[in-house]
Amino acid sequence: MPAPIRLRELIRTIRTARTQAEEREMIQKECAAIRSSFREEDNTYRCRNVAKLLYMHMLGYPAHFGQLECLKLIASQKFTDKRIGYLGAMLLLDERQDVHLLMTNCIKNDLNHSTQYVQGLALCTLGCMGSSEMCRDLAGEVEKLLKTSNSYLRKKAALCAVHVIRKVPELMEMFLPATKNLLNEKNHGVLHTSVVLLTEMCERSPDMLAHFRKVKNLSSSQLVPQLVRILKNLIMSGYSPEHDVSGISDPFLQVRILRLLRILGRNDDDSSEAMNDILAQVATNTETSKNVGNAILYETVLTIMDIKSESGLRVLAINILGRFLLNNDKNIRYVALTSLLKTVQTDHNAVQRHRSTIVDCLKDLDVSIKRRAMELSFALVNGNNVRGMMKELLYFLDSCEPEFKADCASGIFLAAEKYAPSKRWHIDTIMRVLTTAGSYVRDDAVPNLIQLITNSVEMHAYTVQRLYKAILGDYSQQPLVQVASWCIGEYGDLLVSGQCEEEEPIQVTEDEVLDILESVLISNMSASVTRGYALTAIMKLSTRFTCTVNRIKKVVSIYGSSIDVELQQRAVEYNALFKKYDHMRPALLERMPVMEKVTTNGPTEIVQTNGETEPAVLETKPPPPGLQPATQANDLLDLLGGSDITPVIPTAPTSKPPSAGGELLDLLGDLNLTGSPVSAPAPQIAQPPFLLDGLSPQPLFNDIAAGIPSITAYNKNGLKIDFTFERSNTNPSITVITIQASNSTELDMTDFVFQAAVPKTFQLQLLSPSSSVIPAFNSGTITQVIKVLNPQKQQLRMRIKLTYNHKGSAMQDLAEVNNFPPQSWQ
Amino acid sequence: MIKFFLMVNKQGQTRLSRYYEHVEINKRTILEAEVIKNCLSRSKDQCSFIEYKDFRLVYRQYAALFVVVGINETENEMAVYELIHNFVEVLDKYFSRV
Repeated sequence: MPAPIRLRELIRTIRTARTQAEEREMIQKECAAIRSSFREEDNTYRCRNVAKLLYMHMLGYPAHFGQLECLKLIASQKFTDKRIGYLGAMLLLDERQDVHLLMTNCIKNDLNHSTQYVQGLALCTLGCMGSSEMCRDLAGEVEKLLKTSNSYLRKKAALCAVHVIRKVPELMEMFLPATKNLLNEKNHGVLHTSVVLLTEMCERSPDMLAHFRKVKNLSSSQLVPQLVRILKNLIMSGYSPEHDVSGISDPFLQVRILRLLRILGRNDDDSSEAMNDILAQVATNTETSKNVGNAILYETVLTIMDIKSESGLRVLAINILGRFLLNNDKNIRYVALTSLLKTVQTDHNAVQRHRSTIVDCLKDLDVSIKRRAMELSFALVNGNNVRGMMKELLYFLDSCEPEFKADCASGIFLAAEKYAPSKRWHIDTIMRVLTTAGSYVRDDAVPNLIQLITNSVEMHAYTVQRLYKAILGDYSQQPLVQVASWCIGEYGDLLVSGQCEEEEPIQVTEDEVLDILESVLISNMSASVTRGYALTAIMKLSTRFTCTVNRIKKVVSIYGSSIDVELQQRAVEYNALFKKYDHMRPALLERMPVMEKVTTNGPTEIVQTNGETEPAVLETKPPPPGLQPATQANDLLDLLGGSDITPVIPTAPTSKPPSAGGELLDLLGDLNLTGSPVSAPAPQIAQPPFLLDGLSPQPLFNDIAAGIPSITAYNKNGLKIDFTFERSNTNPSITVITIQASNSTELDMTDFVFQAAVPKTFQLQLLSPSSSVIPAFNSGTITQVIKVLNPQKQQLRMRIKLTYNHKGSAMQDLAEVNNFPPQSWQ
Repeated sequence: MIKFFLMVNKQGQTRLSRYYEHVEINKRTILEAEVIKNCLSRSKDQCSFIEYKDFRLVYRQYAALFVVVGINETENEMAVYELIHNFVEVLDKYFSRV
C-alpha cells in the first residue's frame, strides 16, 4: 500500500476541483483510502490520515469513523500523535457519542504528565468537550493545576475550570480557594482567564457574588479594589510591546475587567462607589480615534449604566454615547443606538437631548441603523414633541424598506393614540399612514380606526369627506378602502349634504358616491373582505340616500348570484330585506352607536335570548325566497344584532373569510332592535366545532341515564321514524337522540334527507346519517344522531322535514314532534 | 459567548470553521451558506454587525476572505471586531504573507 498523501497535497487537490461533484468524488476516494488504512492498523501514518479526515470534516463531510482512531492516537506516546488525537477529539467527539468516556483515563494520565505541553493539550480538550461525568472525575486534577506556578498551565486550567463549572455547577465551591491568588499574577494570560473564571462564578451563583463583594482575600485586599488596581496599571503604564493593540495596552483585558466590575457593582452601593473614580478615569483618558478605544468606552458606558453610579457619571456616559452618534463610523453609531435604547427607560431626559441626532439617523443608508433609530424614536415620543416626531416618522414611513413598514405603521398608531394633541390631528395622521403604507398595515388597525372615528362625533363629516377624496383617486390599498367604505356607509348623508366645518365642503351627489362604491365592488384589486364592506355600505346608504334607492336595489340583487359565497349571502339577505321586511329596514340600518373599546379581537360572548319559541326551519342554499340560508347565519344575525336572536356562535368559524366575520361582530356589537325579528335558523351540520364547545368531550353513549322511553316521531305513508334518547350524567343539558327511519312499503326510498329545527333556546347538531336509502319491507333502517343542547331545560319540541324519492316521485313532508318524554329534557 | 468562528471566501467555500456549540454537520453547511450570503449583500459603508436569527454576526473582510464570528448578546461587539483583527495580525506574523 503506497504511503498516504499528506494533508497539504490533499488540500491542493481538493482546491483544483471545479465543481461540487468533482470535489465530492475526490473526497470519497480519499475517505475510502483512509478507511482501508485504518483497517490495516498502521501506526506510522495514522496521524496523517486523521489530519486529512479532520480537514474533510471541516468542509462538511461525515467523518465519524475516525473517532476510535483519535482515541488510539491519544493513547500513543508520540507528541505529534497526541496533538492530532486531541484535536480530533475536540472536533469529532462530544458527549453524545459513547466513545468519549474512554478518553477519561487518558486525559487523567496526561494531566499528570511531565511535559507541560501535553498537560496543556489535555486541559484544552477537557475544557472543550468534557461531559459532566468526565468533569466530575477530573475536577480535582484541574484544581491542582490551577494552583501551580506555571503560568502556561494556570491559564489553561482556569479556562478548563470555567467549562467544568458550566457543566457541573455544584463543583463551584471546589475552585473557590484557588481563586484567591489568581489575581496576583503578572502574566496577562492568567489575569485574563482568571477574570473570566470569576465572571462565570459570579454570574452563576448569587452566593458567590455576595462572597466576592465582601470577603477579604488572604492577600488582604478585596476583589473590587484589586480589579481597580489592575485596571489602573493597565491604563497608566507606558508602552508595553507585548500587550499593545493600536496604542492601548491590552484592551481585551480591560474590557473583561470592566464587565466583571459591572456584575459586581450591580445593585450594590459600596462596590459601585469604589468603582466610580476608575470609571471616570477610563472614560476620559481613553483615546477615541481608533476602534479599540471606542470598544473600551462602549463597555465603560454599559457598566456605568448598570451599576448604581452617581448622576454626574451617568450624564458623562450619555454624552459619550451622543458623541458616538456623531461619529462617521457606522459600527459606532449602531452600538450607540443600541445602548441608548437600553437606557432610554431610566434616563429619559438625558436621551431626549440627543433626539435630533437620532432622528437624523433615520435617514441613514444602513438597514441596522435605521431599525435601531426607528425603535429609539418611538421610545422618545412624548406629549411635547409628538407633532415634530410624527412628521419625521411619517416621512420615514414613506421612504423606508418594506420590512419596516408594518412595524413603523403600528408604532405610529400606538404613539398617536397615546399622545394625540387633537382628534383631527389623530385622524389626519392615521389617514396619512393608510395612504402611504396602506397594504402593510396590520389587520387590527381597521377596527381600531373605525372605533376611533365613531368616538369623535364632531369629526364625522370631516372624516368622511377626507376618506372619500382619498379613495376617489386610488382604491387599491385595502385597509384604507375598508375604512372608507364603512364611513361612507355610515355617514353618507353628511357627505352628500356638504356640511363640513373644518374644510372646504365638496359637492358630491349620491350617484357619485354609489359610483365609487360600485367600482370598489367590481375592481380586481379588492379583496373579498373589502367587497363585503362595500356591499354593506351600499345597503346602509339605502336609508340615508333618498333618490337612489332603486339603483341600490339593483346592485344588491346583482350580487345575489355572485360566485363569492360571502357576497352572495349578504346580497340575498339584503334583497330579502327590501322585499319582505321593508318596514324593518330603517331600524336595521340605523346609525351605529359609539362603540366601547374592544381590547381583544377574540370571539364575542354568546348572546342568550328569551326569545320566541317560533321554530326556525333549516335550509340549504340557494334559499327559497324569503328565508335566509343557514350556513353563515351569523352574518345576518350580526346585522340584526342584539337581543331576540338565538345564541350566536363564537365568531371564528373556519367557513368564513378570516377577518370579516369577526370585525362585523365587533362593529355591530350590541345593536338593539325593535320590531319582530326575522326568524333565525338553527345552525347546520357545517359548523360542528362550536356547538361542541358547550358539550362534554366524553362519549355520551356510555353513561346513559335510566332508560328514557323512545317515541315514534313520524309515521306516515309507510315511513316511520323512531327517536331513542340518551342523556349524559355528566352534562345533563345534552340530549342525544338517535333516529331510526324505516320503510314498510314495497319500494325503497332513496335520497332520504332528514332535517330538523328546534326553538331558539336550543341548539341542535345533526351528525351524518348512516345512508340515504331506506330499503323496503323494513329490511333495514337509516340511523342518524342528533345532539340537542337544552341549557334552560325547556320542553323539547322539534319540527322535522323529510325529503325522499319514492316510486319515482319526489316526496317531502313537514311535521312537528311534540311528544317528547319528559325525561328527555327535564 | 462566541458561538462560532468562520473564515469563508467569496465563493462560499469554507476555509476554516470552529463551532463552540454542537451543530449538526448538515446544518453547518446551510448555516455557512446563509451567513456568507448575508455578508456579501452588505456594502462597504454599512456596519459590520448583523442580526441573524438569535445571534449577532460580526464580520470583517480581508481581500477575498470573510472572517465571521457569531456571538450572543453578552459580548461586546466592538471588542470582538478587534479580536478578529488581532487574530489576522497574529496569523500574518506567524505565517508571513497571508
